[in-house]
Amino acid sequence: MAKKRENPVWGWHKKVLEKNSIVLTVGILGTVAIGGLVEIAPLFYLDTTIEEVEGVRPYSPLALMGRDVYIREGCYNCHSQMIRPLRDEVERYGHYSLAAESMYDRPFQWGSKRTGPDLARVGGKYSDEWHRDHMRDPRSVVPQSIMPPYAQLENTPLEVEVVEGRMRALARLGVPYTDEMIANAVNDIETQLDPYASDYDNFLARYPGAPVRDFDGNPDMVSELDALIAYLQILGTMVDFSTYEASADENLR
Amino acid sequence: MSALAQPKRSGFDTSAMAMTAVCLLGLVWSILAAANGADAAMRTQSWLIGAGFLFGLLAIVGIYGEGGVKTEPTEYNESVVKAGAIASMFWGVVGILVGVVIAAQLAFPALLSWDAFPQLNFGRLRPLHTSGVIFAFGGNVLIATSFYVVQRTCRTRIASDAGAWFVFWGYQFFIVIAATGYLLGITQSKEYAEPEWYADIWLTLVWVVYLLVFLVTLAKRKEPHIYVANWFYLAFIVTIAMLHVINNLAMPASLLGSRSYSAFAGVQDALTQWWYGHNAVGFFLTAGFLAIMYYFIPKRVDRPVYSYRLSIIHFWSLIFIYIWAGPHHLHYTALPEWAQTLGMTFSIMLWMPSWGGMINGLMTLSGAWDRLRTDPVVRMLVISVAFYGMSTFEGPVMSIRAVNSLSHYTDWTIGHVHSGALGWVGFISFGALYCMIPWLWKRKGMYSRALIEWHFWVATLGILLYITSMWVSGIMQGLMWRAYNSLGFLEYSFVETVEAMQPYYIIRMLGGVLYLAGALLMAWNVYKTIKGDVRHTEDVAQPQSHKIQPAE
Repeated sequence: MAKKRENPVWGWHKKVLEKNSIVLTVGILGTVAIGGLVEIAPLFYLDTTIEEVEGVRPYSPLALMGRDVYIREGCYNCHSQMIRPLRDEVERYGHYSLAAESMYDRPFQWGSKRTGPDLARVGGKYSDEWHRDHMRDPRSVVPQSIMPPYAQLENTPLEVEVVEGRMRALARLGVPYTDEMIANAVNDIETQLDPYASDYDNFLARYPGAPVRDFDGNPDMVSELDALIAYLQILGTMVDFSTYEASADENLR
Repeated sequence: MSALAQPKRSGFDTSAMAMTAVCLLGLVWSILAAANGADAAMRTQSWLIGAGFLFGLLAIVGIYGEGGVKTEPTEYNESVVKAGAIASMFWGVVGILVGVVIAAQLAFPALLSWDAFPQLNFGRLRPLHTSGVIFAFGGNVLIATSFYVVQRTCRTRIASDAGAWFVFWGYQFFIVIAATGYLLGITQSKEYAEPEWYADIWLTLVWVVYLLVFLVTLAKRKEPHIYVANWFYLAFIVTIAMLHVINNLAMPASLLGSRSYSAFAGVQDALTQWWYGHNAVGFFLTAGFLAIMYYFIPKRVDRPVYSYRLSIIHFWSLIFIYIWAGPHHLHYTALPEWAQTLGMTFSIMLWMPSWGGMINGLMTLSGAWDRLRTDPVVRMLVISVAFYGMSTFEGPVMSIRAVNSLSHYTDWTIGHVHSGALGWVGFISFGALYCMIPWLWKRKGMYSRALIEWHFWVATLGILLYITSMWVSGIMQGLMWRAYNSLGFLEYSFVETVEAMQPYYIIRMLGGVLYLAGALLMAWNVYKTIKGDVRHTEDVAQPQSHKIQPAE
């Protein structure tokens, strides 16, 4: 009887990979690198990844600080910011989310769980007063809500002095904050809270469409609640969907 | 025996110098950040970080003042594994406890939220729970068992005693920095990668040392071949390093501040994050724990691994395919459809290698199936592999776009994760610890087999309550969101769907309480075993010598 021949694959595995820890390590690294390279790398150079739309701009300094409060409190654990193109979601929340709408979001806030509703288009949906009541005690406006209260936000002064450094870090990463925007950042926070501020026009030129008013109803202090409401009120409002053609060829991906 | 066999002290060698330099550097940075940090959270936390580094320096003075780290060339280093086993038990109880707390917060929100303590809100505690169970509990189990297994299967002492201890304490330090950061509101908001840039840098350092210690131990092995469990440990360590470094690339707003911004934005950031997030499951919670399966199941039942060839196929196909599956977390989002489709395709393909592993684990019991009846530890190990099979079937199903349109954003996902986490990761870890603790402390067995039985049944009941309630609430909520009435309007407001969840949130919490109770029974059993109260036990462990046996 002929001698049974060993399949060369098993032999090679046994003689090479299982005998040399460095070869094994390199083999593993090569194997696990492929998937990410094929899936992620093209997103950085394929033009079709992000739609070309007008209106999406970096957050105003106040909204940026509000976004940091949102992140700090872990809001993303229960609220998504990504409306899927499904009939019920579009009817419940509004136009489905575009990639362009989060192109300056570092990190993204799409979320993965809706213990509470999606917030991608919450901007302008409720009044500032509603948000104030809701943050003080969510169950005062939505009795069945299971959200925790964030009553301290309106009593906590915003850490205004960090904003320049934060905008500069974002600018280094490619967010189009100009030197002028960074130099005026602290002032712009005050301006966004006061419709009668002297720099009102310049502020709106820098951040078109930004809502300007005293969000927390307390003009004596720039609070974390001011920032958070300013952020929530801008969410999903930058793109004008009355002129956006979602089904145009260049917008499909 | 030769002079090599004598116990040695390392003296103040290069690794001691490196550790001293790292601790000094860390201390200086902490003092600067405490005095001059960019934000209040950083100024608060740097006191704690500084204290950690100071502790490290004092430990170095203490250890090297006495001549350095002790090494016994003829024995395995079991003390670092013992420390890892105790840390695993501790963090396991803490992580599960926080899970029960946040489950209770969802069930009884008005009762369990405190205006004065924003640190204890769900949004900050949830990452504490996930990191606590995945990284603190799971990570310690993986580090401890990997140090145990790599020494035994290579028949050699760990490559560097100082390195192994640095990995152990450095990792605990990382956990403390991450956990206190969450409570202070320091987070990157990337799920399972929440720690900020300075904690990430620290973990990178610890992880590189871990890889080096592991690799050099493999290199100086006395066995001709690298055992299958070590392939999986190596894949876990290497891939986690790659994922961690890339997903956490970020620009700090200040080198003395807690805030950083991701190097990627929007859609690219989303896919990078879920490439990381899904493979934290694939390589941390799967490959690492499969290594445990490949060592502890054959050891406990005293049978060889079912199929060597299946191990090879299963290993390479698993690690190749897993890495592609991330986009299934982003179905129907603004991620381009081609990427979603690739992710779905590979997720479905992933079913096969996963079940290949399950079959290899289960069939290892061939000829020893009676042990399922007689040995609760074997039962725990086997049920864990069965849960692995179940959740690796459920996963591919949920990755199908049509199914995902229903399941995504709901509790179904939470239930799926927990059938894997409580059933597979939890049980295989408990089983491995039940095996290892009598071996390490040279006891006849665990203190009480009855307590192991109780642990098994209480925890299994807890898992069943957990996953069934989450199936019902998840599918129900998904259906309610898309329900229309006869006039063509949405049937339910969002908050009506929230209200409908409450009974299931209570059942889920009870499931968690049972699972926690099981872990507490185990902690007591472990305590009594370590203390040496084992006299007459029905849980008989085969003794494992701490002396290194010469290779055959």
